[in-house]
Amino acid sequence: MKKPIWDCRMCGQCVLHSTGMTCPMTCPKTLRNGPCGGVRENGNCEVIPEMQCVWVKANDRAENMPLLPKSWREEISHLRPPVNNALKGDSSWLNLINGKDRETPSGWIGIDHEDAH
Amino acid sequence: MSFESLVKNRTRPIVTAEFPSINGGTLDQVAREWERLGPLVDAVNVTDNPAAHAHSSNVSVAIALQNLGADVIMQVVCRDKNRIAIQADIVGAAMHGITTVCALTGDDVTAGDEPEARRVFDLDGPQLISVATGLSQGTFLSGRKVTDHKELLVGGVENPFAPPMQTRIKRARMKVDAGAKFLQLQIGYQPEMLEEFMAGIVANGVTKDAAIMPTVILTKNSRALSFMNDKVAGIVVPQNVIDRVANSEDQPEASYQLVKDSVELALSLPGVAGIHITDFRHDDTVARLVSDFNLGPEHN
Repeated sequence: MKKPIWDCRMCGQCVLHSTGMTCPMTCPKTLRNGPCGGVRENGNCEVIPEMQCVWVKANDRAENMPLLPKSWREEISHLRPPVNNALKGDSSWLNLINGKDRETPSGWIGIDHEDAH
Repeated sequence: MSFESLVKNRTRPIVTAEFPSINGGTLDQVAREWERLGPLVDAVNVTDNPAAHAHSSNVSVAIALQNLGADVIMQVVCRDKNRIAIQADIVGAAMHGITTVCALTGDDVTAGDEPEARRVFDLDGPQLISVATGLSQGTFLSGRKVTDHKELLVGGVENPFAPPMQTRIKRARMKVDAGAKFLQLQIGYQPEMLEEFMAGIVANGVTKDAAIMPTVILTKNSRALSFMNDKVAGIVVPQNVIDRVANSEDQPEASYQLVKDSVELALSLPGVAGIHITDFRHDDTVARLVSDFNLGPEHN
């Protein structure tokens, strides 16, 4: 279902809710914490000039898309951990239920967003 | 005074410069470039395959410079290596005493001369800052311990001149929360955007927690400015800026005055801790610039 609507790339650890319902894996650099410094003046992608930057779109939607809960809108500024490549191809629904999509490597520090600014 | 001490104490404006790319050859070439640039600046950035072109590796040049007595900022990009190789580079360089790391996402492979290469981006810039901070605290991403770990000074970059502005301001905050102690900014020719960005990161506390250094590029003529505008991702050079140099009878001098104005503005903005120089002129202009603004070890 996610494929036709969100162009899902089957990373197996869906973060759509925190990225304005815009799949970061459709960024040519697959950045989870974009946008990169190469965004063009018109807001388009460094790599695919005719495409709007995925992260420009994500930020716009996180701010303006109707019906998104406030916490989802705020989460766009949170640091998302590195992709777990072992989950690629899995059902993200299953990994959401069994919690695998929220597991991070034990050396991952990240940011405690409760404490952070 | 060391770069680390300047970043932490900010007792005077800092000046850093990008070390020229090295394309093989011998260590003599590193020494020659270092003799020209080294005495003028507080630290040099060793690049990591800039603009997606292969050069002598960041780690190899950083070690060579370290042996010459340089204060080295080792850039690490996410484009060419996965998380295992990147961590190996950082702890390996630290073994040689290179303990300052600047984390970048990196230009795409399509910016370079081998656009058919596979792009990696296993980590992104903010994640790399967090991973380097973990290594600084003695832990690989896997959780395994680093033997006798060295404390690292971790930094990053941000581009105030690429949209969307409010996101850039928040992303700077994210990078600092992830452990960045300095941010070197992308070059830009729209001063009002730098002003807006700086005001935003003063307001969200970034400038209190990290040393912010806008970049200037030393060029010789309007062709260089047009080239950047046309070819370099994330850089816009407005036509009136290109014209200012193009219409001058002395283009090298007009180019210098343009940079001088940029530095003057940058250093006047609240929260700016210093400047970073990229030198495409390879003449005595870096010396002139640091002298005009009393920057660097020779003037302090």
